[in-house]
Amino acid sequence: MAATEADFRTKLQDWLPKLVLAPSFAVTLLFVYGFILFTVVLSFTGSKMLPRYDWVGFENYQKLFALPAWNTALVNIAIFATLYIVICTLIGLMLAIFLDQKIRGEGMLRPIYLYPMALSFIVTGTAWKWFLDPGIGLQRIMQQWGWESFTFTWIKDGEMALYTIVIAAVWQTSGFVMAMFLAGLRGIDNEILKAAQIDGASNWQLYRRIVIPLLRPAFLSAFVILSHLAIKSYDLVIALTGGGPGRATEMPATFMYSYTFTRNQMGIGASSAVIMLMTIAAIMVPYLYAELKEKKA
Amino acid sequence: MSAVTQDTAVSTGRATRVFLYLILILFALFYLLPLYVMGVNSLKPLPEITGGNMMALPQTWTLDPWRSAWSTAQIGVEPTGLRPYFLNSILMVVPAVAISTIVGALNGYVLTKWRFRGDTWVFGLMLFSCFIPFQIILIPMAVVLGKLGLAGSVPGLILVHVVYGIGFTTLYFRNYYASFPTELIRAAQIDGAGFFRIFWRILLPVSGPIAVVSVIWQFTNIWNDFLFGVSFGGTSQPMTVALNNLVQSSTGVKEYNVHFAGAILAALPTLFVYIVAGRYFVRGLMAGSVKG
Repeated sequence: MAATEADFRTKLQDWLPKLVLAPSFAVTLLFVYGFILFTVVLSFTGSKMLPRYDWVGFENYQKLFALPAWNTALVNIAIFATLYIVICTLIGLMLAIFLDQKIRGEGMLRPIYLYPMALSFIVTGTAWKWFLDPGIGLQRIMQQWGWESFTFTWIKDGEMALYTIVIAAVWQTSGFVMAMFLAGLRGIDNEILKAAQIDGASNWQLYRRIVIPLLRPAFLSAFVILSHLAIKSYDLVIALTGGGPGRATEMPATFMYSYTFTRNQMGIGASSAVIMLMTIAAIMVPYLYAELKEKKA
Repeated sequence: MSAVTQDTAVSTGRATRVFLYLILILFALFYLLPLYVMGVNSLKPLPEITGGNMMALPQTWTLDPWRSAWSTAQIGVEPTGLRPYFLNSILMVVPAVAISTIVGALNGYVLTKWRFRGDTWVFGLMLFSCFIPFQIILIPMAVVLGKLGLAGSVPGLILVHVVYGIGFTTLYFRNYYASFPTELIRAAQIDGAGFFRIFWRILLPVSGPIAVVSVIWQFTNIWNDFLFGVSFGGTSQPMTVALNNLVQSSTGVKEYNVHFAGAILAALPTLFVYIVAGRYFVRGLMAGSVKG
C-alpha cells in the first residue's frame, strides 16, 4: 500500500512540470493558433457584420488588392517602415557611439533619450498632433519668434502627413534603439580597439571596419523589433492623424480595423489581417528559428 | 550593462568633443520638447495657447485644466473626466500583470529545469505569439469574449492581456533561469524536495531582477495598450481609449490645455515606474529578450 502511494507520488512528480505548463500551452494553441486559423477561414467567406461560413474562395483577396484604400495602406507602410527603421537605426547608432566616448553627464542623458519608450503612443500622438498643428504649434511659434515666412503644414497636407508619423515614431523609439546599441558597444573588448589603434587606424576606420561589424547582433535585434513595431502601428496613426487627411495616412492596421468593425466587411478585414500576419511571419520565423537553434547547440 | 563605466578606448580631439556634446544636447532637447510642451501648456488658461506662444511659460498659472481633465471633461457623451477610466486601467493592469508574471515564472522554470522532448517547440510556439500582429486575432477574440459574456468588461480585458502576455513573461523567465545551475536543482531533488518546493525555496528567492523586468514590461505594455481597449473595452474602457476620445472629440472648443493635462495623466503611471525602476528594465531587456 505504502509502495503504491510512493509510486503515485513519483508519477505525480514526473507529470507535474507538464501539468503546470499545459494550461499556458493550451491557451496559446487555442487563442493564438486556433484564432489565426479562424481568421484565415473567415478570409475565405462572405462574412459581413458577423462571421458567416459561405465559402467564396479568393474573392476577398481579389477585392482587397483592387481597393485603392488598401493599396494606399501598402504604399504608406512601405514608406513609413523604411524611413522609421533606417532613421531610428542611424540616430540610435550615432547617439550610442557618441555616448560611449566618456561623456560627462551620460547618466543624465540616457534616461532623457529613453523615457519616450515608456509612454503610450496615444500620449505621443496627442503631444505631436498639437505641436505640429499649424494653428497653434511649430509654425506659429516660429512666426511669433520673428521668422514670418516659416510654414510647416505637413500634418494637414495629404502628401506630407505620413512623414509626421515618422517624426513622432522616431521620437518615441530611437532612444530605445540607442540603448540596444550602447549595450552592444559596452560588450566589445577594448583590447581589440587598442590593438587597431596601435596599428594606426583612424577613429573613422576603427568604427567602420571593426566596431560596426561587431554590432551585427544589435543591428539584427533592432531591425526585428522596429519592423514589428512598424507593422503593428495602429495607435500612433489613430492619435496623430486618424488616418487622414482623407486617406493619406491609412495603414494596414487602420484599414483592417475600419473594414472589419465600422464598414462591416469582415471577410475583407480578415484577409487584410492574414496578409499582415504573413508579412510579419516572413521576418520573425527565420529570426526566431535561428535564435532557438543557436541556444540548443 | 554590467560594465557601465567601461567606455571605449577611442581618443577624441577637443573640437570633436565639443561637437559630440552639442549633438548629444540637441537630441536631449528634441526628446524633452514634447514633455515641455505638454507640461507648460497644461498649466495655462486656453486663450494663452490659442492667442499666445506654445513655447512660452504661463503668464497666469492655473490647475483648472488638470481638474477638468481628471473629473469634469466630456469623454464621449459623459462629462466624467478621465478618473473612471484611470480606475478601469488600474483594475485591469494589476491582476493582468500579476497573473502573467506568475505564470511566466512557472513556465520558465519548467522549460529550463524540467526539460522534456519537444520543449523547444512548445517554447517556440509560445514565443511566436509575442510577435503576431494582433489584427489577426481581433475577430475571433471579439466572438469568444461575447460567448463567454466577458465582452466590454474589465475581466475580459484582463483575460486578453494575460493570454497575449505570457509569451513574453515566459521568454524572460526562461532566459533568466537558463543560467541558474541545474546541479543545484538535482541536488535538492535527491534530498527529496518536490517540484513546487524547489521553485519556492531555490529559484524564487533569486528571481527578483527578472521579476522586476517582467512586471515593468507587462505594466507598460498593458497600461499603454490601445487596440485591445478600443476593441473589447465596451463600457470599461481603459485610460488610453478615453484620452483618445477626449482629444479627438469634434464637438465644442478644442481645449488643448485639458488635452495636455489628460495626456500627462495617462503617462504618469508608466513614467513613474520608469523613473523608479527604469535601470533594471533596460538591463533586463538587454539580458533577456535581445540576446538570451
